[in-house]
Amino acid sequence: MIPAAFEYAKASSVEEAVKLLGKYGEDAKVLAGGHSLIPLMRLRLAQPKALVDINGIKELDHIKEDGSKLRIGALTRHVTLQNSNVVKDKLPLLAEVAGEVGDNQVRNMGTIGGVVAHADAAGDYPTIALMLDAEIVTNRRTIAAKDFFTDIFTTPLEADEIVTEVVFPVANGPHKYIKFRRRLFDWAIVGAAAQKMNGGWRIGLTNVGSTPVRAKAVEEALQKGAKPEEAAQQASEGLNPSGDLRASPEYKKHLARVLTKRAIEQAG
Amino acid sequence: MKHKVATTVNGRRHEHEVEARLLLVHYLRDVVGLTGTHVGCDTSQCGACTILVDGNAVKSCTMFAVQAEGKSLTTIEGMAKDGELHPLQQAFWDEHGLQCGYCTPGFIMAASYLLSQNPNPTEDEIRKGLEGNLCRCTGYVNIIKSVQSAAKAMNGSKAKAGEHSAAARRS
Repeated sequence: MIPAAFEYAKASSVEEAVKLLGKYGEDAKVLAGGHSLIPLMRLRLAQPKALVDINGIKELDHIKEDGSKLRIGALTRHVTLQNSNVVKDKLPLLAEVAGEVGDNQVRNMGTIGGVVAHADAAGDYPTIALMLDAEIVTNRRTIAAKDFFTDIFTTPLEADEIVTEVVFPVANGPHKYIKFRRRLFDWAIVGAAAQKMNGGWRIGLTNVGSTPVRAKAVEEALQKGAKPEEAAQQASEGLNPSGDLRASPEYKKHLARVLTKRAIEQAG
Repeated sequence: MKHKVATTVNGRRHEHEVEARLLLVHYLRDVVGLTGTHVGCDTSQCGACTILVDGNAVKSCTMFAVQAEGKSLTTIEGMAKDGELHPLQQAFWDEHGLQCGYCTPGFIMAASYLLSQNPNPTEDEIRKGLEGNLCRCTGYVNIIKSVQSAAKAMNGSKAKAGEHSAAARRS
């Protein structure tokens, strides 16, 4: 399948990319790892008039420790996060999640900035970003994760705005991400993440709605001393997942409860 | 508008003018003329089109040819050297790691990346390392055996080379 024709320009700096996006306007797309965008273009579900290739922007490929924060450049690839000693040490949950994205070939190309900007409800990083109160930094501003994922494939990003960094808090206590799927390289049918942090738990869910979900009711129940299996019953509270080929809404809610319990119990 | 793309494919330099929308796999097959890289699913799932880009396994159906500018590409045609099959090719032959053979180039390239990262993988690591490649014939058992056998052969020849150089140092 051949994508529709488009104009192509390679940017070597963030300023240049922003300028190019401004020139092409609404119908331009940023090309990072391309592993969501190119499949959509082949199916012609996306037909951007222009692509601005940011793969040559070296400054966007970094992992920096910054006190109690971990600053991840938008162009950092999954394979880099998965193998990074800094990430394994400071936020091991993120390294583990990176290792569960797609397969080797996908992880060699896909980027954290791409996943975040694409805002697929089945994406894994958005869940982690939301539950840990991460910040999404753009060429223009800093947006809290809770204000960033507004709907499926929808974020507050303007046409000439690009994600430059995702900033996570350091958290290296007990943690677990369980990605439930039929084949290893599939998207999550449902995913559940647990992270012990500042004496409490953070619980996040993937693919149970149009945005990632932070299961605050579970967090509060745990805070009050509930056992994991009791607290996990709250995981489906208020959820309204849509059914798809792999799971009905009821089954997704069931998975949310079961996987949340397992994630808390298996957090190590 | 056409774009210049200069690449090294299996050690040979190529330079062409291509449309931006030309996928790398079509560039390799239709422009460079190397048809060993197969198009399987065309939806970034099956891994039949896997090649190495600067040593990293990549699905060439999910990259534009223009993105390969300045890169070094290795396809299945670049594996055999001086008329000798690469140990992975030999192992897939010996262990019957294929039936129809359509997925095989992708498996060999993905396995070669896996062994470059982890020269001595366990069965689980091989299964996880090849998760991005689908085979509809073999049930994977002989593919795993092939990769194990290739790893052994490649480590053996490395060990031998090591012995030789140790012997050379001693003498």
